[in-house]
Amino acid sequence: MSTIFGIPTPALYGQILIGLINGSFYAMLSLGLAVIFGLLRVINFAHGAQYMLGAFAAYLLLNWLGINYWLALVLAPLVVGVIAVVIERTMLSRLYGIDPLYGLLLTFGLALILEGAFRYWFGAAGQPYAAPSQLSGGVNLGFMYLPIYRGWVVIASLVICIGTWLLIEKTRLGAYLRAATENATLVQAFGVNVPLLLTLTYGLGAALAALAGVLAAPIYQVSPLMGSNLIIIVFAVVVVGGMGSILGAIVTGYVLGVLEGLTKVFYPEASSIVIFVVMAIVLLVRPAGLFGREE
Amino acid sequence: MSSAPLLEVRGLNAWYGESHVLHGVDLDIREGETVTLLGRNGAGKTTTLRAIMGILRRREGVIRLRGKNLLSLPLHKVAQAGLGYVPEERGIFASLNVSENLTLPPTVSDSGMSVEEIYTLFPNLYERRSSQGTKLSGGEQQMLAIARVLRTGAKVILLDEPTEGLAPVIVQRIGDVLVELKKRGMTILLVEQNFRFAKKVADRFYLMEDGRMVNSFPGHELDARMDELHEVLGV
Ligand SMILES: Nc1ncnc2c1ncn2[C@@H]1O[C@H](COP(=O)(O)OP(=O)(O)OP(=O)(O)O)[C@@H](O)[C@H]1O
Ligand SMILES: [Mg+2]
Repeated sequence: MSTIFGIPTPALYGQILIGLINGSFYAMLSLGLAVIFGLLRVINFAHGAQYMLGAFAAYLLLNWLGINYWLALVLAPLVVGVIAVVIERTMLSRLYGIDPLYGLLLTFGLALILEGAFRYWFGAAGQPYAAPSQLSGGVNLGFMYLPIYRGWVVIASLVICIGTWLLIEKTRLGAYLRAATENATLVQAFGVNVPLLLTLTYGLGAALAALAGVLAAPIYQVSPLMGSNLIIIVFAVVVVGGMGSILGAIVTGYVLGVLEGLTKVFYPEASSIVIFVVMAIVLLVRPAGLFGREE
Repeated sequence: MSSAPLLEVRGLNAWYGESHVLHGVDLDIREGETVTLLGRNGAGKTTTLRAIMGILRRREGVIRLRGKNLLSLPLHKVAQAGLGYVPEERGIFASLNVSENLTLPPTVSDSGMSVEEIYTLFPNLYERRSSQGTKLSGGEQQMLAIARVLRTGAKVILLDEPTEGLAPVIVQRIGDVLVELKKRGMTILLVEQNFRFAKKVADRFYLMEDGRMVNSFPGHELDARMDELHEVLGV
């Protein structure tokens, strides 16, 4: 059997794949967090709960209404996006312009309520959600065995991240968003309905989290706490990438996912903390993050 | 021919938090007029523009554009009603390139200039259309800030110290642009400390002191009033 640094190559490739999968979720979630933070200056602690809601929406759509995975990919983000819009209009928008701590506390409270409610209804244990038949099974790549659903998740997340990046960098809506991130008052003085832009951004950010949740449902189990386990790592990713940096969030998400996977191979004891070690080093050396603008 | 003013400000009071900065400001601009607001540093010129735009929210009084009350409108509706704003700090966005900066403000009427016309008027902006907005020189950024509101078809343009800190050749160039805009019938409220510059374009002057309008006179009286102005402006 071939080895690299004494590690059997199938194990190495396997961990890199797991790292890529985890990195896909880090990237999709930190992307939404970065967009929301950039424009609204809200640290959206409900992001993990919105991810969980997406997974549960897919699960409930299937089990209650018989609606399949492909439709859930569209419907779950829509439902969670609408819920987020209501939250922004009725609660979050009242906290703009005051200490960002209030937005953090509100969204943290919402996350606790949502997770508590789902734990009460469905219990803490995970519910299985089967991958759609079109994506079940796997292929032998020669050097490793690739479950098709996992390959699909990596590709789908890349498409989602690049699509979101293009939306922000290349479209008129994206130009409003970038400009309002710099100076919202001036953009509004130019006639852009900035309050609406904020609402849409929060809704889109949450919908993105829900979409990640649907993608995650067949891989991790659908459970009330699936988001809170992930969100702490995702915050670390955002900090490493640079708060508010879109590209930084995406690239850092994948890189740290793979780094975590590699650590599992070479020094398993450190695999659960390696991302936080990187975060600490980055904060010491480059507080604005790898891709952040120094102010 | 004394038509009703296009923009009419009556008894405008404005506050930054608790500090009362504007005290009953009155101001009229008729269609096609260029009116210049003079006053020393801290007199309240920028505050007057910000209060008219609605960027400064704590205000009382009357602000009417073509008879329509602007005071009750949310901020983004003021631009849609026809006011274009060129802020003192220029407000060029670093995350947008020149062409994105130029086309950022939504058009509010079809009377605005096309992008082609603007690039003809400002050829250097065309050359640098793909550069990051804030990579331009100060003078180019000022041109961009002016160009940006010409595209929207705003009826009245509020222009805050466009020559501040710029080299004489650029000041000259901006003066030419304002003369050109005047020819096209644009209505302009200009804040300016450099009144030799303002003299070229201003139909009327308002003089401001401590948040109050203290005087107003037609442009041709500027030379005769130099002594008085030097005293009030302390220059
Ligand atoms: N953001 C602010 N908060 C509190 N007070 C302010 C603020 N901006 C301006 N002021 C005060 O309001 C008054 C008027 O300021 P304003 O900026 O309107 O003056 P100006 O005539 O535009 O001066 P300049 O020629 O220096 O631009 C000044 O006393 C100033 O200190
Ligand atoms: Mg000023």
